Amino acid sequence: MYGMGIVKGMSVTLRNLFRTPVTVNYPEERMPQHSRFRGEEFVWYEERCTGCASCAKYCPLGIIKIETSPSGEFPQEGDSYKIDTFDIDIGRCMFCGFCVEACPYDALFMGSGFERGRYRRDSLVITIDELKAAEKHPSTWFRPQLEQRRYDPFEGKSLEWQEVGRRYLGQTMHGPAGPTYEYQLETPGALETPSQSPELSGHDEEYGEEEE
Amino acid sequence: MATRTEPITVNIGPQHPSTHGVFRMRVTFDGEDILNVEPVFGYLHRGSEKLAEERNYTQVITLTDRLDYVASQTNNQAYCIAVEKLAGIQPTERGMYLRVIAAELQRIASHLVATGFLLQDLGAFATPLMYCFRERERILEMFEMLCGARITVSYMRPGGVFQDAPEDFWPALTTFLEDMPGYLDELDMLLTGNEIIVGRTFDVGVLKPEIAINGSVSGPILRSTGVRWDIRKADPYDIYDRIEFDVPIGTRGDNWDRYKVRLEEMRQSLRIVEQCVAQIPEGPARAEVPFVFRPPAGAEAYGRVEAPKGELGFYLVSDGTIAPYRCKIRSPSMINLSVLSDILVGYKLADLIVTFGSTDINMGEVDR
Repeated sequence: MYGMGIVKGMSVTLRNLFRTPVTVNYPEERMPQHSRFRGEEFVWYEERCTGCASCAKYCPLGIIKIETSPSGEFPQEGDSYKIDTFDIDIGRCMFCGFCVEACPYDALFMGSGFERGRYRRDSLVITIDELKAAEKHPSTWFRPQLEQRRYDPFEGKSLEWQEVGRRYLGQTMHGPAGPTYEYQLETPGALETPSQSPELSGHDEEYGEEEE
Repeated sequence: MATRTEPITVNIGPQHPSTHGVFRMRVTFDGEDILNVEPVFGYLHRGSEKLAEERNYTQVITLTDRLDYVASQTNNQAYCIAVEKLAGIQPTERGMYLRVIAAELQRIASHLVATGFLLQDLGAFATPLMYCFRERERILEMFEMLCGARITVSYMRPGGVFQDAPEDFWPALTTFLEDMPGYLDELDMLLTGNEIIVGRTFDVGVLKPEIAINGSVSGPILRSTGVRWDIRKADPYDIYDRIEFDVPIGTRGDNWDRYKVRLEEMRQSLRIVEQCVAQIPEGPARAEVPFVFRPPAGAEAYGRVEAPKGELGFYLVSDGTIAPYRCKIRSPSMINLSVLSDILVGYKLADLIVTFGSTDINMGEVDR
């Protein structure tokens, strides 16, 4: 029978008329973003980075440029590297997050932004100075230690380098979701005597030595 | 006095809003009747198969996201299954369940896009498409919870998924599963009885089962012709052998059946997700697989899944290095295109875009 389609269609229209709208007026209002969002401004902690360039090697596009030089700071401990260049060319980045997954020292994190429009391609390169100066609101992508603490990069405070490690997590990256961990701040004093407790897994032991 | 016409060849595309990407059809018309259709593609060729030879096995996942960009999760899944067969990796139980949940949600999202754009092609401009996209948006938001991205997900890894789902994913999934059947019924009510949709799709673009099988067509297009062939049943991967679901089939193989099969598949996908949520075990979401690994030299593997558009397969050959020696992608959209002239010849110009829309191809996957 002809005409029923119109009746049914109008009933759906009427139903939708009284639903709460799902759209928002974007620049003024925003949709909520999840804390795992892989955004564009990377968060990098100079103190945590050893210049191992794992992130640069794991990047499918090879857009992370790292240059290091001997710092001469701790010659008796085999020296450590000073990072001269840490450029991320986000004009070519596809935000897969493999660099973050690769980082064994929790030095690199994804950000949460998505509005970095620029007029020139050169200005899309995030330089080391910009990374150093930026506010640190790391995304919780591939960082279960932040997720367990329910860190929200949009409302949480800017995190210091002592607060982002998986040192006290007591599990591997791929392990089961353990009991909720009561977080305590790694005080700089505690770091002078690195914890060598046996329950720490391989990664965690590396931190203990690296963080001095 | 009869009007005398002579055949004329018209190029539709590659820059045409109804060709779903940069697809070009060279169509010969006699008046309004279609005499011949020749699909021309390759405008979106990016060399994904060759690029895969330059990257290690984990990095290739980012390339698979960009094949069928409205169904990234199933691309990830097919590739990961191929790598697991190649390297002998056993994925974890929880990882497999999470993969199936993500893949079935992606199937719903992809079929919603297909249905919405079919209506768009029929002339129901924007409004029904927006109804479909509203539901798809919720799925994409859940993907953002899972993996931080909406389209280019890179969620799955050889050995499972990259990380367990966050806590707030499960309540969101539960409310989605409660709401979605109502929305599907509403969509069904809006469209199924509509005279215009019935008139424009019924017995238009009929595909015979013999032609479909000979053309190695798969997915909803094959099932709409009445052939009950689903990789999830025929060659169960991950945990589909523990899940109970039906494979909807059509009877005539026309545009109407293709639309109805997709609608019914969305309901079945909801059933699968519900069972997965009930069955999912605790445990690690990912097996301990290093980022860089070397499968044995000379190993070959073919992993296939039932993607929303058909059978998606990855054929991998290893030469013992960290990168695949060869990565062949069997993309369903491209093979489904091979019967395009069979389903279009003999119909009118006005049916061309509708029939093409109902085949639901994706140019990212056709050209790779």
